[in-house]
Amino acid sequence: MTENNEKTALILLGCPQVPVQTSMALYLVHGLKEHGIRPVIAGTAAARKLMEVADPDRHYLEEMTDLDAAIDEITGKQRDFDLCFVFIHNDSGIAYAGTMAYISKARLYALLFGEHARDLAGEIEFPCEVVAAKAVHNPMPLKRKLDEVMQWAVSKR
Amino acid sequence: MGCLEALKPEIILSQASFKEAREYIKKNVREYHEVEPGYRIFDVHIIGVPPLYVGVEGEHLIFPYTKPCHGTFVVKVPGGEELARLRARKGK
Repeated sequence: MTENNEKTALILLGCPQVPVQTSMALYLVHGLKEHGIRPVIAGTAAARKLMEVADPDRHYLEEMTDLDAAIDEITGKQRDFDLCFVFIHNDSGIAYAGTMAYISKARLYALLFGEHARDLAGEIEFPCEVVAAKAVHNPMPLKRKLDEVMQWAVSKR
Repeated sequence: MGCLEALKPEIILSQASFKEAREYIKKNVREYHEVEPGYRIFDVHIIGVPPLYVGVEGEHLIFPYTKPCHGTFVVKVPGGEELARLRARKGK
C-alpha cells in the first residue's frame, strides 16, 4: 500500500523463456490498473526488457525493478504490497514464490504455466492461491483461469 | 553475479532444485545454519521454501544460489565478514 492508500501489486516475473509470460503479465497489469491497483513489476533484465519493448509508450507499465532490489526492500521492511503475483514455469519460480510467501504480507497468487504447470503446482507447500494452466505459446488457458481469479482478487482486496 | 562473482565461487552443484541444494548441504556439510528466505549473503539472497541452510567449511561458506533461468547452484566462497554474521545468529 502507498502513502495515499493506493493499493499496490507486485508482479514477479520468472525466466522469460516461455512465450506466454510477457503477454500474460501485460494483461495482468492492465486488469490491475482497471481496478485502481498500482502494479510494480520485478524481473530479470531480459524479462523487463521484453515488457518495455512491448509497451514503448508506457500505456501499461509504470514502475519496474530488479528482483533482488524488490526482495531487499521487502526484507528491509521499507516496502510491502497488497497483492503479489508470481509467474512460475520452473523450480526457480517455486523458490521465488515460497520466498515471497515468507517475507511479504501480500495476498500471494502463484501463476503456473508451461509444459509442467500441473506437476509444479503439486510442489507448492506454502499458502497461496494457485492458478495453473498448461500454456506455452497460447495464453488463453491461463488467461481464462486468471480472469476467474482476478474477479476474486479485486473483490477481496 | 556482482560481488559474489568477484569472489570466484566454486560451483559444487549446478542447475539443481532448491530442495536438492538443501539436501546436499544438510548431508555433506558438517556445520550448517538455518536461515530465513531472503537472507542476504554478499549481494545475493537465499531463495526458497524453509528450511534453507547455509554451510560453513573452514573459512568458506557453502550456500544455495538461485537464478531464475538456470535453477539453483550450490556455491562455495570465502566467508569473510559474512561468516561471523552467520554464526552470530541464533540456532543451527
